[in-house]
Amino acid sequence: MSVLLVLLQKEFRQIFRDKTILAMMLLMPTVQLIVVPLAMDNEVKNVTMIIVDHDYSTYSQQLVNKIASSGYFRIVSAEASYKKALRYVERGEADLVMEIPSGFEQNLIREKVQKIGLSMDAINGTKASIGGVYLNSIINDFNVNLDINKLNIKKISGSPVSEIAITSSTWFNPLAEFKYYLVPGILVLLLTMIGGFLSALNIVREKEIGTIEQINVSPIQKWQFILGKLLPFWLMGMIVFTVGLVVCWVFYGIISEGSLLLMYLFAGVYLIAILGFGLLISTISNSQIQAMFVAFFFMMIFTLMSGLFTSVESMPIWARTISNLIPITHFIKVTRMIMLKGSGLMDVLPELIYLILFGLFLNAWAIWNYRKTT
Amino acid sequence: MKQLFVFIRKEFYHVFRDKRTLLIMFGLPIVQILLFGYAMTSEVRNINLVISDNARDANSIELINKIKASSYFVVKESLLTTKEIESTLKQGDTKSVLVFPPNFANDLFHEGKAQIQIIADGSDPNTAKTLINYLTAIVASYQQGLSPSGSLPYQIIPEARMLYNEEGNGSLIFIPGVMALILMIVCTALTSVAIVKEKEMGTMEVLLVSPFKPFFVLIAKAIPYLVLSLVNFTLIVLLSVFVLHVEIKGSITLLFLESTLFIITCLSLGLLISNVTSSQQTALLLSLMGMMIPTLIFTGFMFPIENMPWVFQMISNVVPARWYYLIIKSVMLKGLGFEYVWKETLVLLLMTLGLLLLAVKNFKIRLE
Repeated sequence: MSVLLVLLQKEFRQIFRDKTILAMMLLMPTVQLIVVPLAMDNEVKNVTMIIVDHDYSTYSQQLVNKIASSGYFRIVSAEASYKKALRYVERGEADLVMEIPSGFEQNLIREKVQKIGLSMDAINGTKASIGGVYLNSIINDFNVNLDINKLNIKKISGSPVSEIAITSSTWFNPLAEFKYYLVPGILVLLLTMIGGFLSALNIVREKEIGTIEQINVSPIQKWQFILGKLLPFWLMGMIVFTVGLVVCWVFYGIISEGSLLLMYLFAGVYLIAILGFGLLISTISNSQIQAMFVAFFFMMIFTLMSGLFTSVESMPIWARTISNLIPITHFIKVTRMIMLKGSGLMDVLPELIYLILFGLFLNAWAIWNYRKTT
Repeated sequence: MKQLFVFIRKEFYHVFRDKRTLLIMFGLPIVQILLFGYAMTSEVRNINLVISDNARDANSIELINKIKASSYFVVKESLLTTKEIESTLKQGDTKSVLVFPPNFANDLFHEGKAQIQIIADGSDPNTAKTLINYLTAIVASYQQGLSPSGSLPYQIIPEARMLYNEEGNGSLIFIPGVMALILMIVCTALTSVAIVKEKEMGTMEVLLVSPFKPFFVLIAKAIPYLVLSLVNFTLIVLLSVFVLHVEIKGSITLLFLESTLFIITCLSLGLLISNVTSSQQTALLLSLMGMMIPTLIFTGFMFPIENMPWVFQMISNVVPARWYYLIIKSVMLKGLGFEYVWKETLVLLLMTLGLLLLAVKNFKIRLE
């Protein structure tokens, strides 16, 4: 036991000696947690569009007015030709071009069907496609309310039109605000980065500097060594997590709906898993840059495939399998469940068991993989 | 000049000796481009929906079948009370519950109005909003089929054209962003250890006492990484074209020139970091951990920059990846020429010069 205590003392001394690292550990996550969610807003608003109206008739003007007053679109300009309108899209100043052909009104009355052209910038994220959906429904509505249609419908149908009314509610987040979804996720991500990167660098640093030799020749057990590395970072991680929860509360007004104890239990187990992961990388690598790059590689996968930004369900099946294998997916899911929905232990038990198994497996592997002899 | 070549050769030896780092450097972008090209999608599909049908009449079943037929939902039917709905949503797999009232068909035809209720899990607001939209659209089309008049006699039909992406290839949206992100981080991190490693190992002294201009030390450090990054970039482009079917619409030469410029920008940033830090650990943490999330966000490929608060829009201006992202989107996907991207190019150029100047200024030629 005393061996472990000495090791712990050494590790803590190393952490506190390097003020830059210490500041990075504590300040970076706090600042990023405060700042980052403010910058993440993927709500589609103000879809910019260009109108090319070759017709200039009553109907075409009515349609344009209806679109302008819908609130979803900002009409940047009206151009005389499609070519000129396309310039705006090329320069990224507009997302959509709507082209109303000449003879629009006449054709509509004569042929009963008239097409209009919508060209959307399909590489600009989801903006154009969602704009297209809005526009479709506006045009649909316009169709229903066309005066010539109204006259005709009354003639055909005597009976009242039956209607299905839909009421919808979003539970746990009545205003469907994005921040509630994002902030807990970012907290988890930051915790992962702190734990993963720092522990990945740790053992390999001793290797590179050469101090590992001294540990190898001393009567320290493998598990004591790994545990001595793990505990200080675990404590730091828990502190970061606590600071993060306070930030959530102070800056975003998010207070956990569920039990805080459960949150801490999860954070503790999760940190063990992620630290084991970092230490494993550290035992495999030969240099700090190798360790960092491997850690970064996984960090990117963790970030982009964990359902933090895009929903896991929409991915292809193989990608969903990968996503389910990585621990961060589960912790993000659980954090959202506990903090936003107030789910209890029974709801999150499968995730807890998975994380425990994961932590045991990774740490066992790290201990096994750490060789005292080369 | 000859001296410089000797030095560059030395740096190449360093790089090639470390086979594992080399493998990681090339393997990492390849795996990531493939993974994200295939897996990332901004669409919402396969939403788990539970339908609680209290009516079980012809109309409700018809409507449910219609919902089942769409690829957006994975439907499970089960009768739930309000309490059960709450516990189902709390378990987390179900994203939404759709409730039919007991007398659905009756209400619909005799009262002229039937009410159905969607309860969505608001802890995932994006999915919640999308699924409400989807369901509303399905119900609306079902309703239109019900009404005696059928479809409207006069109709305006919008004809949509997807510009630059006719086939709706989802990879196209993410590829430029992921490219910018990977190049930026890999290049910066690689060079960020270049100088500081020599400091840490103590070999810096040898370099400083040699009759070699300090400025050349920086150049010699950067050149191997420039070459490797270009090879890396070529690999990424080849993968995007042949595996992910991203068509390069613009000039390949221009694409390469712009990418070279961007790589030099990142290398300069890396050199600067390497000059101001005192250990590899700090340099790596700064360039990887510190820069990963800001780059991811301020590049603008996940979250539109125009939605951000004013301050962040300003901050995003100093992130090189943001400008590069705009450039490759224009050149690679839209097929535009230099006249459309000269402004972005100029910004990158100025950044590079500024960073290089700072890096040289901070390069200490005396040991402390």
